[in-house]
Amino acid sequence: MSICLVARKIFGLSLMLLVIGGCPSSGENPTTQGIRPLRVATTTSTRDSGLMDVLQSMFEGQAGIELEVLAYGTGQALELGRRGDCDVLLTHAPEAERKFIEKGFGEGRREIMYNDFVIVGPMNDVAGISEADNVVDALKKIRRAKVSFTSRGDNSGTHMKEQTLWGRADIEPGGDWYISAGGGMAHTLRLANEKNSYLLIDRGTFLARRKQIQLTILFEGDPSLRNQYAAYCISPGKHPHVNHEAARRFVAFLASEKTQAAIADFGKEDFGQPLFFPNADSKTD
Amino acid sequence: MNWGELWPILALSAQVSGIAVLISAVIGIPVGTWLGLTNARLRAVMRVLTHTGMALPPVVVGLLIYLLLSRSGPWGELGWLFSVQAMIFAQVILAIPFVVGITMNSVSAIPSDLALQLRGLGASDWQVRTSVLREASPGILLAVAAAVGRSISEVGAVLIVGGNIEDKTRVMTTAIVLETGQGNFEFALVLGGFLLIAAFGVNALILLLQRSQRLA
Repeated sequence: MSICLVARKIFGLSLMLLVIGGCPSSGENPTTQGIRPLRVATTTSTRDSGLMDVLQSMFEGQAGIELEVLAYGTGQALELGRRGDCDVLLTHAPEAERKFIEKGFGEGRREIMYNDFVIVGPMNDVAGISEADNVVDALKKIRRAKVSFTSRGDNSGTHMKEQTLWGRADIEPGGDWYISAGGGMAHTLRLANEKNSYLLIDRGTFLARRKQIQLTILFEGDPSLRNQYAAYCISPGKHPHVNHEAARRFVAFLASEKTQAAIADFGKEDFGQPLFFPNADSKTD
Repeated sequence: MNWGELWPILALSAQVSGIAVLISAVIGIPVGTWLGLTNARLRAVMRVLTHTGMALPPVVVGLLIYLLLSRSGPWGELGWLFSVQAMIFAQVILAIPFVVGITMNSVSAIPSDLALQLRGLGASDWQVRTSVLREASPGILLAVAAAVGRSISEVGAVLIVGGNIEDKTRVMTTAIVLETGQGNFEFALVLGGFLLIAAFGVNALILLLQRSQRLA
């Protein structure tokens, strides 16, 4: 019967694709049977610098808990947390984090590490920001010189910092000179590089990615350019289903002496300097 | 670049798209066959609907499924967001209009005389349907090929509902987006090459099946 033939062939074809697909359909890792994977939402800068890979394999080895890393901008990561779609967060927007915790969504926040933001731009520095007195002055120079500036434009921690700084410079960003990239840190850096544009970026991602980039660091060192990362759990009070125990272990892991030492070492070999500076202390917010 | 990362990505792509196409075929072929044999007015309505379905923007499907599956959404209890299940779900929604629409069109293109003649010769309803399906089988294979093409090349929906988690929900298309953004063009190009080979392979296979059908 031909209907059987057609059905059999289609079935066979699909089956073949499944066989090529191999592993079980739920996608669970057989080595960590029974333990729920921990879902961490973090920023693109920790992924794009390569740090998250190191932390992931350390944590999986030590705790025997599989980590699922979602890398979004801080704004989106916080939204994931608010909706209960992740268990723990590692982000870099202290103000937004505080509000998140005040509203009862998060708890057990610990500062983990910091680095700083820098302004990068074309080598010839048309706007002359390398001469600027402070970061507000640098932004004013960029605006006055009518050169282009690229923004993450994705409500990430870097974007929030940038907006705060524009506010302090009393400049409303927008218009032809202002390129809103709407993407992760590495993507935005590439875009700025193609457009020969100025850009606010965390030092870690820039150092990790600068091989293919012609832009150079033009302004740095202003105390208000500090970039603080913190980790915190989603409150089981708001979302009872979260993997709270594993989330707490992950935060404790990040603040542990061994992990802090690994963070301090990360990048030294490849980039000649550390990309992040550990600063976990014993207290939690 | 790390070539070890390549295989899990290829395997996951094959798995997600394979299951999605299987589900689409199991549901879509009977529905499309029934519609192809039903009255012309209903078919005209369904033609508009399935053609709209074929033009569904994957990102919109992704967004809606995201909101549906999020823990704060109506189906949050399932815990499916950022999982293989969510990706398959999205791809079934995207692929099924192709299966239903193309199956319906090829079944309805079979001359109605055939059914009349068969009935005249004393064939049962079931025998009539089977014979019509046999006549329409090249078109149905085309429907499956279109479903494979749609699901394997789509990026908008799986990126949103899968979250692009390494070893878990990272498929060829989402890996290409990530690697291109990071400037790893070599890896992205290799993945693109595999994607093209997959599309070519599936279509070549369908063509061979169609030929063997015709000869049988």
